[in-house]
Amino acid sequence: MSTTLFDKIWNKHIVEQIDAKQIILYIDKHFIHEVTSPQAFDGLRQRNVKVFNTSRTVGTADHNVPTKNQHLPIQDPLSKKQVNQLSENCKEFGVELFDLHHPNQGIVHVIGPELGMTRPGMTIVCGDSHTSTHGAFGSIAFGIGTSEVEQVLASQCVLQVKPKQMRIKINGQLQRGVSAKDLILYVIAKLGVGGATGHFVEYAGEAIESLSMEGRMTVCNMSIEMGARGGLIAPDQTTFNYLKDKVQPEGIRFDESLTQWKKLTTDESAIFDIEYEFDAADIAPMVTYGTNPGMGIKINEAIPSTSESSNASVDKSLNYMGFNKGKILEGMPIDYVFIGSCTNARIEDLREVAQYIKGKQKAENVEVFVVPGSQLVAKQAKKEGLDKILASAGFELRQAGCSACLGMNEDKIPAGKYCVSTSNRNFEGRQGPGARTILASPLTAAAAAIAGKIVDVRKELN
Amino acid sequence: MSGFTNIQTTAVPLPMEDIDTDQIIPARFLKSTSKLGFGENLFRDWRYNAAHEKIDGFILNNETYKGEILVAGRNFGCGSSREHAAWAIGDYGFKVVISSFFADIFKNNALNNGILPITVDQEVLHRIFTAIEENPKTTFDVSLTHQTLTVEGGKIHITFDIDPFKKECLINGMDTIDYLISKRAVIEKFQQQHIVY
Ligand code: SF4
Repeated sequence: MSTTLFDKIWNKHIVEQIDAKQIILYIDKHFIHEVTSPQAFDGLRQRNVKVFNTSRTVGTADHNVPTKNQHLPIQDPLSKKQVNQLSENCKEFGVELFDLHHPNQGIVHVIGPELGMTRPGMTIVCGDSHTSTHGAFGSIAFGIGTSEVEQVLASQCVLQVKPKQMRIKINGQLQRGVSAKDLILYVIAKLGVGGATGHFVEYAGEAIESLSMEGRMTVCNMSIEMGARGGLIAPDQTTFNYLKDKVQPEGIRFDESLTQWKKLTTDESAIFDIEYEFDAADIAPMVTYGTNPGMGIKINEAIPSTSESSNASVDKSLNYMGFNKGKILEGMPIDYVFIGSCTNARIEDLREVAQYIKGKQKAENVEVFVVPGSQLVAKQAKKEGLDKILASAGFELRQAGCSACLGMNEDKIPAGKYCVSTSNRNFEGRQGPGARTILASPLTAAAAAIAGKIVDVRKELN
Repeated sequence: MSGFTNIQTTAVPLPMEDIDTDQIIPARFLKSTSKLGFGENLFRDWRYNAAHEKIDGFILNNETYKGEILVAGRNFGCGSSREHAAWAIGDYGFKVVISSFFADIFKNNALNNGILPITVDQEVLHRIFTAIEENPKTTFDVSLTHQTLTVEGGKIHITFDIDPFKKECLINGMDTIDYLISKRAVIEKFQQQHIVY
């Protein structure tokens, strides 16, 4: 029988079928962070059980960490407590941890791939919805809740019902100035925030194949924003090249792995529950105008006057953003630019931004901060001299963490201010109470920082 | 976790669509390391203004609407995987959430915390909102055993779907973690012959 890439991985990880739907799924890699794990460790203590397989879980502190003066103690007592709790839990249960002072620390979805812990054919979970990022390597990766974190700690498995499957093909090539972020914002705008609920999405087509690993991670990262359980992309030469110099699991040679990885493709005649096809040439730089990631438009389009959502929801959203139907965002002044998050804080994103702003200056009305996804990204940026380019353009380079992606740590956008952000969510209050988020690609964000307003980066590149 | 029993109660309507977990419980309230007390901050920024005063128009601040059921618009619980959203809803006192569509992770999190998510047709949801609007004291009977939802003695009567395993867990207050722990020997055996490349 023809099978999909998803089926191939899924079937290899079924420990037991419980009933017609539920299965016990074995997990190859489990990432944990400070926010969604404390209650799970508490549960283990109450049950008096150990972590089932400590070698398959790794932790890092990211959501609560400050991005300035990381050598000093964390100021906020609650954040400090949560970060410390993670350290204590990992120590007590024997779980490897990259804490704030470790050279491998960073946003959980940035460090997995760069450390070679994310590989094709694996099942990967984390108590974090953007775990879908790891699907870029051809793995089944999805976010779980804290009860499920406890399931994995206690048994290395989760109870699962097989999701439906969707394929999204992007044919042709992206225009210059249009990136992976625009691609995924475009797809989400087409499908809507609930458009892929209940499904796992395989991305395919020329435009996807042409993306770097970083670009693929950006695409898979935002799968959850259209409700998908996860997204994945078949591994190919780009994937193998990325993994070549990464650490291999003990006792397995790279060529052995390679032989296995090459089998991870969707059969020609495999059937999906639903398929979509889009033309890459139709994708333009995207911006969001509302309070969910599905409310996206091409840079030169007006905010639509009709919508599938109820009027009350749209009105509430536009009211929060201070926008009216029919408004065009291009040319609109902004207050902040945030370049960071697990969507766009990898070295490639920083390179792209640096290349664009080299020799330019940020606009006076804008505050710009760039937050690398990990200590390794920060180190590499320094090595390549990107830190100097950012500094001379007036961009503030901070230390690794989730930062202003979510209003949980010190980095927040003030109420009423407009922030062009490379992160993944523009929900009400996501970047701080009252903050108004406009999601965009790193290139669009960099261009906005320089111009002090929203611009079509394609025009700037000419 | 205690078992889910059949309930008879009134409901609180929240007819917004795409309510995300950042609204249910904003990130700045996720710093607790226990599961308790999140109900206080349920829909925090819709309930209170920056000066911590109650916002008049919001439904949870309206004495007229009470009950153990929350009825919400399409795509409830989208966004983050934070189980804190389910804890907040449970801690506030809701035992059932009705919507025409739930985000996957939220649905799982709710079930894992003894909260029953009931999915109904868009049209039924509309009728439920209308019924509450006409009479805030409208009663709802939820029978998990029979998988039925009955509004005001039969005005609306539907059956709903639930995974049989999850239903059994809910009714018996059975914990999925204990279940998996009981399977450790089988998992051990699987693990021995499983290679991760
Ligand atoms: S960067 Fe943002 S989306 Fe990514 S893990 Fe951190 S908080 Fe979540």
